[in-house]
Amino acid sequence: MDFVQNFPCFSVILCLFAGILSSGLKDKAAMRVNTCLLGIVTLLSGATLLYTLQTGQSFVYVMGKFPAPWGNEIRAGVLEALTALFFCVIMLLSLLGGRHKLLEEVESGKTYLYYVLTDLLLSSLLALVYTNDMFTAYVFVEINTISACGLIMIRQNGRTIEAAVRYMIMSLLGSGLLLLGLCMLYDLTGHLLMSNMKESVARLAATGQYEIPLIVAIVLISVGICIKSALFPFHAWLPDAYGYSTVSSAAILSSLVSKGYIFLLIKIIYRVIGFDIYGDTRIIDVLFAFGLMGMIFGSLSAIKENDVRRMIAYSSVAQIGYIYMGFGMGTEAGMTASVFHILSHAATKSLLFIAAIGLTDVSGGSRKFIELTGAGYRNKWAGAAFTVGSLSMVGMPLFSGFISKLLFAQAAVQNHVKMLPALIVLGVSTILNAIYFMKTVIRIYTPVGYSAYPSITFVKMRVYAVTLVAFILLNVILGISSQPVVDMIRQGLAMFS
Amino acid sequence: MGPNLFINYGEAVAMLLFGIGFGNLLLQSNLIKKIIGLNIMDTAVYLFLAEKGYIAGRVAPIVADGVQDMEAYINPIPSGLVLTGIVVSVSVSALMLALTIRLYRRYHTLDLDEISRQLKKEGL
Repeated sequence: MDFVQNFPCFSVILCLFAGILSSGLKDKAAMRVNTCLLGIVTLLSGATLLYTLQTGQSFVYVMGKFPAPWGNEIRAGVLEALTALFFCVIMLLSLLGGRHKLLEEVESGKTYLYYVLTDLLLSSLLALVYTNDMFTAYVFVEINTISACGLIMIRQNGRTIEAAVRYMIMSLLGSGLLLLGLCMLYDLTGHLLMSNMKESVARLAATGQYEIPLIVAIVLISVGICIKSALFPFHAWLPDAYGYSTVSSAAILSSLVSKGYIFLLIKIIYRVIGFDIYGDTRIIDVLFAFGLMGMIFGSLSAIKENDVRRMIAYSSVAQIGYIYMGFGMGTEAGMTASVFHILSHAATKSLLFIAAIGLTDVSGGSRKFIELTGAGYRNKWAGAAFTVGSLSMVGMPLFSGFISKLLFAQAAVQNHVKMLPALIVLGVSTILNAIYFMKTVIRIYTPVGYSAYPSITFVKMRVYAVTLVAFILLNVILGISSQPVVDMIRQGLAMFS
Repeated sequence: MGPNLFINYGEAVAMLLFGIGFGNLLLQSNLIKKIIGLNIMDTAVYLFLAEKGYIAGRVAPIVADGVQDMEAYINPIPSGLVLTGIVVSVSVSALMLALTIRLYRRYHTLDLDEISRQLKKEGL
């Protein structure tokens, strides 16, 4: 066994230990531990990615050396390592970009708790990405929920606590369904490891035995994860949770937490149930329909919104719709597009949240559109970053959003039944996206003769500006040299099955 | 399906309880009732697991009187899952209760809709 094969396990354990260690540290020290941790885990994930690319196959790490049907396993392939690497980079940038707001909005002496929560969140995300055991996945889903709830309510006002309660209620409904579905699947197959479950499910599907319970279990798991990742009709908690929490939390929640659940669903589709059996259950049609509705209604709500943070939050609903639409196509190409969109949306949405905070800061802290007039001149870095994020969301060439839209369109053309609705909604949604994002960009670049608010210079916000530049670069790299990433995703998905 | 339902009455009851808990968590506006619903829902899943792991006539897998025969004991894994699940649900309930206390101190009510109304009035 190569030493690199230990890295996925190391990263999860390191995060857990860093969380425990940080709970006894002062604010500054906890922040440093967190930054070091993110750096180390990024390196470990990068090494894992290189290793899997070189060997060209995935590997299984057996925890505690208990062999397959009994022990707990970690599995890493190209896709897992790529996602883990990406999650770490986005989390690092989100935390750096929102650091000054965190210090402002959270009582001093309590910010170390924020870093404890992010450490735990990262550990649960990595565990969701790497685990090969369904019950472990459930436990880490709950850890993820609890730490995400903490991230929402770390900024103490009535709004955030209410948002946290609503978030918890929806999440708990989702995890209840997930747990029930998982127990049914365990009952049907007699296994908890994904690979063993898949064999049993294939056997059940071939013989037609227990057909209805199997479908019920699949439906329960899918609906549970849809609720947790805020697919369209279950998105009521989302605007408050993203709109009022501190900015790093909003960026992390929108780009990582919901994506972690979606990644788990991808793993379940490929590694537990099997892509073809999942496609035969027709639940993908339901996902497709709700994905399309989310794309339209999310954008419509965003257009109506008069608050820039809530607008970006509603745009997340539309983007989650895109991802589920890709699932709903039921083809390999649709899946690839969805996975690419997970990465692209994570990079863009966190950029938008971080840039929006720079704009509202130079507008007297108000988030209303009228106050934002000319904010792009007062904070040039944030203005440029917001423009890049908006263009990427709308789907301009050069930026990552274009590639994901292109991949979705290509996937739609391959599926004859769903081509027409998918392409029409894709077009409509792009126009709606353009309406609200371009409206904001024009607003922040409308000159005002006299401004009551002062401009801000580079010297005062070095870390913030560097973070924004890194985000922009990430977006442009994903947009220009997307082919290697898409190839990696294809290779990773092939390793899944 | 009819006779099966009667034989597996334990699982049927578990599903009914799950529905009751789910409905309470989703529909009640009182926060404490919501938390009670959450606990009923989780407990229903544990009942389902325990019911599935139990084999009639056998005992819990703790070696007693030197009996080492596998046929004498039930499957221990569902019981292990139930224990893990209980730990998760205890921590989630504690978090929800803590949040409820925070909200109650601020708004002097447990009604989530009423709290939303007051928040709108505050205009935050």
